Amino acid sequence: MAVTLADYEKVVGPEVMDEIRTLAGYVRHKSLQNINSTPVGGGVAEILTRMIPLLRELGVDATWDVIKGNEAFYAVTKAFHNALHGHPETITPKMLEVFRENTAMNLEEMKLEGDVLFIHDPQPAGLIDKKPTIGRQWIWRCHIDVSNPDPAVWEFLRPWVERYDAAVFSMPDFAREMPIPQFRIAPSIDPLSDKNRDLEPEVVRGVLERFGIDPERPVLTQISRFDRLKDPLGVIESYRMVRRHCDCQLVLAGGGADDDPEGAEVLREVEEAAAKDPDIHVLLLPPFSDLEINALVRGSTIVFQKSIREGFGLTVSEGLWKGKPVIGGAVGGIRLQIINGVTGFLIHSPEGAANRAVELLSNPELCRKLGENGQRYVRENFLITRHVKDYLLLMLALDHPGERVVRLAGI
Amino acid sequence: MTHNLAPFAFHTERRLVVLTGRKARNLEELLAHLGEVSGSSIFYHTHHQYLAHHFETPVFHSDFSRWASLALLEEALAEKLAAIDLLAFSSIRQLREAIIATIGPYAKGNGRRQECMPGQEFHFSESKSFVMPSGIVAADIPDFFAKLPGVANTSIYFHFFEARLRLGRETNDFSAWLAYRGAEDLARAIDRLNPYRMSLDELRDRIARLGP
Repeated sequence: MAVTLADYEKVVGPEVMDEIRTLAGYVRHKSLQNINSTPVGGGVAEILTRMIPLLRELGVDATWDVIKGNEAFYAVTKAFHNALHGHPETITPKMLEVFRENTAMNLEEMKLEGDVLFIHDPQPAGLIDKKPTIGRQWIWRCHIDVSNPDPAVWEFLRPWVERYDAAVFSMPDFAREMPIPQFRIAPSIDPLSDKNRDLEPEVVRGVLERFGIDPERPVLTQISRFDRLKDPLGVIESYRMVRRHCDCQLVLAGGGADDDPEGAEVLREVEEAAAKDPDIHVLLLPPFSDLEINALVRGSTIVFQKSIREGFGLTVSEGLWKGKPVIGGAVGGIRLQIINGVTGFLIHSPEGAANRAVELLSNPELCRKLGENGQRYVRENFLITRHVKDYLLLMLALDHPGERVVRLAGI
Repeated sequence: MTHNLAPFAFHTERRLVVLTGRKARNLEELLAHLGEVSGSSIFYHTHHQYLAHHFETPVFHSDFSRWASLALLEEALAEKLAAIDLLAFSSIRQLREAIIATIGPYAKGNGRRQECMPGQEFHFSESKSFVMPSGIVAADIPDFFAKLPGVANTSIYFHFFEARLRLGRETNDFSAWLAYRGAEDLARAIDRLNPYRMSLDELRDRIARLGP
């Protein structure tokens, strides 16, 4: 059954929804066309899938289109993605040419019909070349961490980006000195999606038992790709330290990608490190395992996100939303989601994570309190309803360039 | 004596955070930017914490204080910045000068150039505000106090903090309206409340208790 505004009202309350309806009233006359590079998979597609129907129910004519691209193009954009994240990549003139050619093809074929064109991430950024011909209002929404980009890729993209009417980044650290307005809009989770919605206790129990996890004993869980930057081996190290003091099990669960050789290597190392311990559960989950992930987190005592580097790290909010204390590496957006000692703990080492986990396992009241705070904090800051509100304000902002205080008449 | 009988329309404010792309790693860089950023940015970094929900009273409300303490470990400077009395200023220009005057000698005097850790830089932001009627209108003074408990925190924040310092009005909007209505004593009593020393919920309660 389709999720409606009324369903969200039950989660966030009538005041929040009234505010969103009021704001929608100011921008309803404009259509909003979102464009990204993939209809499924990844955080952008996930959030657009849920947001478009909400905007439409609010009376905003929101649509979503996807650019075309062949394998060569996506190989280039994957290299761009890594390079923008600061990973060393070799970018050849041929790769830049592939990007330009693909952009030219999409400029030829795509129908750009929205009054506001909301372009997500670098892949479709070159569509701005149509601006001199068709006008309209253009927003570049950058979902990735560009705090330390490879200059070669950033300088290649910059002439396009700087022609937008505005750019949007998830964190202040990602902003660049540019001649266009830049806004900070944090990403969000959807409380009614399969990954986050309430589950009956027996469903949670059933999933835990299916994976051989004992629901009666404490569970530490990290949900993440098998990626060195998520430090799964560091999590195992922490778990072993915790076990010297408290009984517990460890779950390391995440999806795998066939095209990620390093991921396969990390998974092998993790499995090797976990091999002799029946209380470590390494779960390579197939795509569309959102309900299972939800149940695994809900069945956990503590959630880990012990990343060494992180973009935003919404798995933290997903844990907090389920009322779990989260122990997270003090990096990237994790620092915005965990208020140290209030919604969870920020740590810098396996030892730090272990100390905090022992503290929490020994103090159920502290677990409960942090979990309660965390849920409230996510409700106020990281739910899709706040995200919708910010996008409506952004549409409004485009009509008032250069004004720091915009006075609106009643509607 | 005639008085203005216009009703009071409670307004509310929504905001987007604007990123300037300017960042500082040490006090020298902070000072350089402080002299150049917009007044809106100074206001944002000294005020946005008052609007946020806090689980515990923050040690510092000012971003400049918090950064000096957490990123630079300059506790004495953090305390000096926190001690700047925001009520003492009637313009952002004065506030900016006070902040610069506090940091300036400190940056020069301590003989070292403390840099924050990578990832802990101070990022200058500002807000783009959207002010709109909340739909709540008070016809007269008794009606004002009757409706006040139902007014949202964002509305209290706008009429008290934004109106006075950012929009350059002499006092908060409530006091100004009450004075127009001839209730000078009430206006002065509300003006004497220090909004920087209490939460928005407390501020609303204190104003409500002053009512007739």
